Parts: sequence; structure tokens; C-alpha cells
Amino acid sequence: MSQPQTTPPDPLTAGAAAYEDAQGEMFQTLAPDGSVIRPEALPDVPTRLHLYRQMRRVRHFDERAWVLYRTGRMGVFPPYGGMEASQVGTAAALTHDDWLFPTYRDTGAALAYGLPIPQTLAYWRTSPHGWAMPQDLKILPFYIPIATQYPHAVGAALAERRRGTANVAMAYIGDGGSSEGDFHEALNFAGALDAPCVFILQNNGWAISVPTRTQTRATNLSRRADGYGIPGVRVDGNDVLATYHVTAEAVRRARAGEGPTLIETVTYRIKPHTLADDPSRYRTDADNLGWDAKDPVTRLRAHLLAEGHLTEEEDTALTREIEAEFEAALAVADAFPEPTPAEIVDHVFAEPTPQLRRQRAQLLAEEQA
Amino acid sequence: MTATAPSKTKTMTMVAAINDALALALERDPAVHIFGEDVGVMGGVFRATDGLQTRFGAERVFDTPLAEAGIVGMGVGMGLAGLKPVAEIQFAGFLYPALDQILSHLGRYRHRTRSRYHLPMVVRAPYGGGVHTPEQHADSPEAILAHTPGVKVVIPSTPADAKGLLLAAIEDPDPVFFFEAIKLYRSVKEEVPEGYYTVPLGKARVVTEGDDVTVICYGGMVEVAQKAAEAARAHGIGVEVIDLRTLVPLDTDTILASVQKTGRVVIVTEAPRTGGFHSEISATVAEEAIEFLRSPIVRVTGFDAPYPPFTSIEDVYRPNPVRVARAIRQVMAY
Repeated sequence: MSQPQTTPPDPLTAGAAAYEDAQGEMFQTLAPDGSVIRPEALPDVPTRLHLYRQMRRVRHFDERAWVLYRTGRMGVFPPYGGMEASQVGTAAALTHDDWLFPTYRDTGAALAYGLPIPQTLAYWRTSPHGWAMPQDLKILPFYIPIATQYPHAVGAALAERRRGTANVAMAYIGDGGSSEGDFHEALNFAGALDAPCVFILQNNGWAISVPTRTQTRATNLSRRADGYGIPGVRVDGNDVLATYHVTAEAVRRARAGEGPTLIETVTYRIKPHTLADDPSRYRTDADNLGWDAKDPVTRLRAHLLAEGHLTEEEDTALTREIEAEFEAALAVADAFPEPTPAEIVDHVFAEPTPQLRRQRAQLLAEEQA
Repeated sequence: MTATAPSKTKTMTMVAAINDALALALERDPAVHIFGEDVGVMGGVFRATDGLQTRFGAERVFDTPLAEAGIVGMGVGMGLAGLKPVAEIQFAGFLYPALDQILSHLGRYRHRTRSRYHLPMVVRAPYGGGVHTPEQHADSPEAILAHTPGVKVVIPSTPADAKGLLLAAIEDPDPVFFFEAIKLYRSVKEEVPEGYYTVPLGKARVVTEGDDVTVICYGGMVEVAQKAAEAARAHGIGVEVIDLRTLVPLDTDTILASVQKTGRVVIVTEAPRTGGFHSEISATVAEEAIEFLRSPIVRVTGFDAPYPPFTSIEDVYRPNPVRVARAIRQVMAY
């Protein structure tokens, strides 16, 4: 157990050794009420406002997704409401020259990175337009298999190094995913091969119905980095200024050739696993106790209001702007045409095999019959 | 063989031809990177990558940690980011840890990003039996790969083909699995053209022509089929041996043209019997050319049991010329 310290160690230089505390000591900049704990770690005001705006945008998407789902205008959707700081603060540390490998829970991270809302909606409505990733972004469609994206990030990062760029790759995973072999192989590969990777482990307490305490005996998942000789950092995942600070530093290190970092964002999945899930089967309100008070959006909002960086009027105007942006995007998404049956066999090989050509002709013939 | 095939040749084993192809690919395209277990300093357990690290540096040819899912998964990321990854899995029987990466990702990138990304990756793996390897070293998992959409499957049977097909596989913009028959690495030598050339994927090779029976095979079974065909010819039976070279894309035109001529089909693989690629060929012939058949289709295969690590009976599992000759007599006698 660590002694109370007058000056907390800098997690970014002290590495995992700074996190001896199994009680869950972690890097924070703001207390849940929005008061400042670490003034030296706060980004400048424009950045704070940018992070706030992004959190509000992605929260709005998550809330609208519920409504659209209930009215049959959205497919199965894994909500991330309450995890905005974990996703926005990390993704915002990237440029569009950097790679992002999101899981299905990371719609918020994808939006913050720059995936357009119409395409994001299209993905969750199972339209091919949601898979046709924009040419100017290095983002992959949301990963459905658990943990398989981690080695991909290592490869993309290594490729950037080999090609002589300073670009990095970031991949997300959950507490459950960190039990998979691919997670461990990727961390080891990244360390051994010096890949400029930032690994985000969002510990949101639940893998569908399995709590983290059942998932693993480990109580501090950032320490998993120790096994691979890379730094592991634990951060308050509901404190967007903290997640941004820690991730920006990890990105800087990766760009500078100092290797990969594992960041555990300690957060909570307040919502169901997907909109089709019923959490009352495996947890009670008591389990969720206290997490509403740690809400990442209200935390930063309180800080910005208290410091005079935001007014109520500006906040109301922001709400209107975000709503208008979403509704315009929804109209664009609504206009995407449905795919035709022949598209089933498109985009398999650059040059379709004779077998695929025949299957396509068959589909077309059946379509016209 | 492409028209650009150089005329000068050199006597080579299959593993030497593969090494030559890898060197030429590294030379030609700076995006090519070769990696896997023991491929760097040691040059591969079969020496397929011998000397390449010394010649091209430890960034282009490098050893990885011992983890197949990591090797294939990292290759996926490298390919997405513009490199040309050529991964080695030490033995086909060891690719199973990577099956998640292969089945979940390898063949899906073009499709799942609607061609925003593609995956120009090659995975090489020695496969098959006949050399008394230890347990788990002699598997033939090609049907699993052929059953995986978006992945091409190439299995050469000669040194010259191995070189040209491997260069074509590395040129290909999509993922290619390249299985190398362990039995053939050093047992066969032939004249291999020097310099760069490709053998196109999806074109079968008629090894020997004949009018009575079509024997369809690939990889390590081609020499077995050839021996059986020679024995049959001594009895006046004309055997047409077809080496598929690639399972995906599959050259059905060559298969069907031969079946229409002979009316009798024997398919030979060393893979387990149920659900093997031999079954796919059999179904294709039955669907497309049943009216030409003069006898049932016969498959000569391994058994629905793990490949036996018992030296004294290994050659019973793996089809041999005697078994193939028996199948040829069977279809002739129908």
C-alpha cells in the first residue's frame, strides 16, 4: 500500500510503479464536483472547450440512438453513455494521420476522432455506407470479435515506423477483452518490436453480465503492462481532462520513438450491454451506486462554468447546435440507398474469381426474375 | 509461366526456389517485409528465409515473439498500413492459434470496408506429411482456408511453380495462403528460370495427358499421382494428371475439360476425408459434368483421424502410389 504523498508521482514518467495502490489510486485532474485537483495537468481553455463540445456531441448521439432504436430506425446498438470522457479524451489526442481501431462500444471515440455522423448511423443501421470508411481517416469499422484489433494496431504502428512517419496507432479494448490472448500477444509484440502504439483499456466494470471481479483477480489492470516491459497508466476514465492529458503524453512518447503505453481508464458502463440487453438480470441499482455522481459531462461542465469559461447561454446554444447537427446527419443517413443482393459478393477480391462471377450473375438473375 | 520468363535456368530444390522468390520480392518492392518465428537470424527452420536478413536487414526480415495470432494479427495491421507483409507460420499444424485472426479478419478487409482498405498479405506455411515429423507437424488444413471467403489458397508442387506462384502471391492485392509441402522441399530438383517471373493464380497445370482417367491433385500428392499414372500407363491406361496449383481461385475449366474427355475422376489429397477440398472438387464435377461420367468419382484421402505421429504407419494414412493406382483400376473396372 502506498503512503499518502505530498507530491504524487508523475504516472507518465514513473510508469506502473506509481500505481502500487490496489485501492485504485489513479490519475485525476478534476474531482467529481468539477474542482481542480491537478492544475498543472489541465490543457489550455480552447482544448477544454473542444473536449466538452465533443463529449456533448457523442452523448447526444448515444441518447438519440435509444430513441431511434425504440422506433425501429436503428439496429442493435451498444451504448457508451457515461463513458464519454474515456472515449473522447483518448481519441482527441490523435490526428487523422494516426490509426484508430475501435470496438463496438467505441462509437463515441470514433465520432470524436472524426467519423462523420451519417456514416456512424449507417454502420449501426447495417448499411454498407457505414463500412465504407472515409479516405481521409485511418479508422477501421467497429471490431466485433473481442481483442483481435490489438495486434492489428501493432502492425499498423510498426508499418508507420518502417515507412518513416511519426504516426501512431491507438486501439481500444474492455476489461473483458483484456482476458483474451490477443491482448497479451499484442502488448508483448508492441514492446518487443517497439511499435508506436497506445493501448486504451476501458475498464467499465462489466463484460455483458460478468463483473471485473469475476473476470480477473487483478484489481489494477494497468499493471498488466508490467509483464511486457511497457508503461502502464491508470486514469480516472470519467475525467476527460485526465484521460486527454495521459493519452496526449502516451501519443507524444510513441511519436518520439519511446514505444507503446497501456492506459487503463477506470469508468463504468451505466447502460446495458446493448439496447437489447436487460441488466436487471445480473446487477442491481446498488452496483451502479455513485457512478451517476461521477458523470464526465457534468463534471467538466461544472468546472467550465465555475471558471467562467462557459456561460449557461453558451451551453444552451451548444445544445441547439448539436441537435441541429445530428438531425441534419440523420437526414443524410436516411437518404442512403439500401444495398442490392448482388452487393453480397462485391468487394471480396480485387479481381473476382470465376466462382464469384457466377454467383453474382446468379444473384442478378434472381433479382430480375 | 508468363511471357517475361527469363531463359536462363538453374537447378534448384523447392526450398531454394522459394528463397530465391522471397529475395527477388524483397529486392523489387520496399514494402515487402518478412517475419515470423526463427525467420531472421536462423533463416527459418527449413531455411526458406536463409540469408535474407543478412542481405536486407533486420527491419525487412525479422524474428517475432512466439505467438501465431500475434504474427498474423500484426501482419493484418501492417498490410492495412501500406506494407506488404509476408508472414511465415512455422508449420501449418501451428496456425490454429491464428485461426481467429484468419477467419475473423484476413479475408474480410476489402469487404468490410467496401474496398477502402485491402490486405495484400501472404502467409506461408509448410504443410503435409511423408517425412516423419513429430506430432502436429504434418497437418493439411487447406480446406479450412479455402472455406474462408476472401482468402486465396496456393499449393505448389514443383520448384519452378513454387517460385512463380509465390511471386504472384506477393504481387496479389489480396490475402494469399501459401502452403509448401514439406515432403517436396528438398526431394525434388529441377531447372528453375533465373530472375523474376510469375505463374498466374487460378490456372491449373496438366502434368501428363491421357484419355482414360483424370487424376486431380495438388502439392505433395502430385508426385504420388504421377507414380501411379506411370504404373497405369504400363498397363495401357492413359492417365491425365492435373495439378490444381491454386484451390482459390479454382480452375474449374481445366478440370471439366479433362473430365469431359476421360469420363473418370480420381481425386487425391492427404487431408482428412470428411469435408476436405477433394469433396468440393467432387461436388463441382458432379454438378457440372455428371453426364460425362462413366464411373463414380473416387476420392483417395487421409482418414477422419489426426495424422498419426507413428512412423511405422504414417505412410498408410498418407495416400501412396499403390492406393492411387488401385483407385485408377477401380474407376476403369466400373
